[in-house]
Amino acid sequence: MADYTIKVRRFQPESGEGPYWEQFKVELEPSLSVLDALLQTKDREDGSLAVRCSCRAAICGSCGMKINGQSGLGCKTQIGEAQELAEKKMGAVGGSAERAVVVIEPMGNMPVIKDLVTDMESTHWAKIRRVTPWLLPHGAPPEREYIVEPESMLDITQPMACIQCGACVSSCLSMEADPGFIGPAALAKAYRFVGDPRDAETKERLHDLAEDPHGIYDCTHCFACVDACPKDVAPMDQIMRLRRRAGEEGIEDPNSGHDHEIAFVKIIEKKGTLDESLLLQESFAPGIKGKLKPSKRAIKEMLGSIPTAIRGIKTGKMRSLPKLIPGIHHKLPDGAQDDVKAIYKHAEEHNEEFNLYIKGEEDVEPEPDEPTDAILGDEAAAAAESESA
Amino acid sequence: MSDGQIKVAYWPGCVSRGFTPELHGSMAIVADKLGIELVTLDRANCCGAGVIAEHNQELADTLNARTFALAQQTGLSMMNICSTCQGAQSECQQRLDADSAYRAHVNEALSGQGLSYEKGKDGFTNKNFLWLLVEDYGLDRLKAQVVRPLTGLKVGPFYGCYIVRPKERLGYGEHPDRDIYLEQVITALGGEVVEYDGARKCCGFPVITMNRETSLKQAGTHVGDAIDAGADCLVTPCPLCHLNLDMQQPEAAKVVNRDLGLAVLHLPQLVGLALGAEPKELGMSKHIASTGWVEERLAGVPA
Ligand code: SF4
Ligand code: SF4
Ligand code: SF4
Ligand code: SF4
Ligand code: FES
Repeated sequence: MADYTIKVRRFQPESGEGPYWEQFKVELEPSLSVLDALLQTKDREDGSLAVRCSCRAAICGSCGMKINGQSGLGCKTQIGEAQELAEKKMGAVGGSAERAVVVIEPMGNMPVIKDLVTDMESTHWAKIRRVTPWLLPHGAPPEREYIVEPESMLDITQPMACIQCGACVSSCLSMEADPGFIGPAALAKAYRFVGDPRDAETKERLHDLAEDPHGIYDCTHCFACVDACPKDVAPMDQIMRLRRRAGEEGIEDPNSGHDHEIAFVKIIEKKGTLDESLLLQESFAPGIKGKLKPSKRAIKEMLGSIPTAIRGIKTGKMRSLPKLIPGIHHKLPDGAQDDVKAIYKHAEEHNEEFNLYIKGEEDVEPEPDEPTDAILGDEAAAAAESESA
Repeated sequence: MSDGQIKVAYWPGCVSRGFTPELHGSMAIVADKLGIELVTLDRANCCGAGVIAEHNQELADTLNARTFALAQQTGLSMMNICSTCQGAQSECQQRLDADSAYRAHVNEALSGQGLSYEKGKDGFTNKNFLWLLVEDYGLDRLKAQVVRPLTGLKVGPFYGCYIVRPKERLGYGEHPDRDIYLEQVITALGGEVVEYDGARKCCGFPVITMNRETSLKQAGTHVGDAIDAGADCLVTPCPLCHLNLDMQQPEAAKVVNRDLGLAVLHLPQLVGLALGAEPKELGMSKHIASTGWVEERLAGVPA
């Protein structure tokens, strides 16, 4: 048994007061969960403390919350580990470990109903429904079930693992700035149907997700959802796969996300390293791709980046103004660019996606223990010496 | 941590030689002062910043395998100075290391160049300067080198997503404190850590061309929060974060509708100041947000 202090962000709508913090002392094994700590508090100190839970085993997805600022499940986070993290965070900013308490808040990016209970309707469920989360097959339904090769379903097992807890939504840094963003959970769900061999409207789905300005190109690639998800769904990875699929379909999106991606890829093929000024220009008015027809939005965006460019030139950050924006650029030495091009050729012929979630790490036979280099040899010799001494 | 000479294969990245040349320059100065020998990989290519992987994963993996193989040719571990390089390269390395058949397939594309990426017995090491500074150089050794302690300078850390997430891929199992190294370095240099909301959030850079409003709102909010918490400056190990936090700062100010004006330093610049380098040689005049305040603060402390 150990003693912990939890600091809970509380809110009761009927009181007419704003949210406030309250600390409670709990006593439990370090291996028990933060949810257990909350339930003990509810039991012993304050029965009015509101928290949603059911399975207590990371299955039902009810107990999403923020613990020390990190979104996750209350029942899957050990109180002992949470305390260690709190102490580490406190130490980093010069505080003493004794003052560290486990901070528990309701999930982010959602309205709070009471204490730790949030309203998941507008930012989670409505968005899930937004992506048409059911199968859209064509033709007459088969007499019995749809038969598919098990292998063809492997691709979507990862998003299928979702338990709808909303932890990813709570953590999403893009949603924080743009509440309209469809968000990680719904987009992971969208890939679950885009990748399903039985679905007949894959293309329509991709168009829909790419053409929505708050769709797949609104994700800022911050990995917050990857770390928040208790089920390894890695929503961001599913979003990147949606982008890849939309790109393969050649879908043009209003955010110029696809143009940006193609521009980036082409610049590296041509130059080996990134020329940012060229990237900015090509993202909006693709010339490398062989067509130059900037959209209205592209022109607006380009004009928007001119003040930044001019300031850059003034401070010497940028040197000149060729084309739209300038740039000094590191060029690869002799032959190296051809090497890069050869890689492009090889990769474009295969375009293999190595899916780590499905394949996993390969088991490697431990190699026979023999010193492989001089340093190891010295160490071994030193060890042998000290032993004999 | 060791007392020995550190020598690394150095990947500066593209942005440090493009929009933020002051980063590349200040890294060279700091390496010299710390006695870290940099063997620049100038035949290496862009990491793809996650964008190439989004287009064609195998392409990104092969491009980075090439960079790793070039580093392995030098017989040294690799160092980068960009959170985004760290993240994008670690992602590819994770896949390459996971499976020998996949590695062989990727190496096929490199064989014509006489290159091959090997996982090796102890694995291939690629560290951001921040990690190298704390884990290999050592904070005590760094402290001993300080000639102009950053006394009274209030510094807000800004990590950049790619160096703090996902934890499992970025070696947090072995090095759980990697997400507080900036605080440790600031303290070791004699500065004061400023706690604010945005330290481990996203600067918004990846969507600057796709959703300017969202992007600048993120950057503006973090800079504003740091100012409200009393920061004299921010420090970041990522040049892309620097672009959004510094170069775009005046635009971000318009989006969040408030005055900003907070100096944003690259990690080697902050270290360089404490080691006695002059702001000018560290390229601080190249920034958009004035670094004048930082310089004034330190003027009283002779180098
Ligand atoms: S990676 Fe994208 S979806 Fe995931 S949390 Fe970040 S912005 Fe949101
Ligand atoms: S993707 Fe993961 S974090 Fe998001 S709702 Fe599903 S299970 Fe929860
Ligand atoms: S992250 Fe940026 S700077 Fe680093 S290699 Fe990639 S594109 Fe270049
Ligand atoms: S903070 Fe910004 S540039 Fe920096 S790593 Fe995140 S997204 Fe990248
Ligand atoms: S209580 Fe069911 S997931 Fe936590």
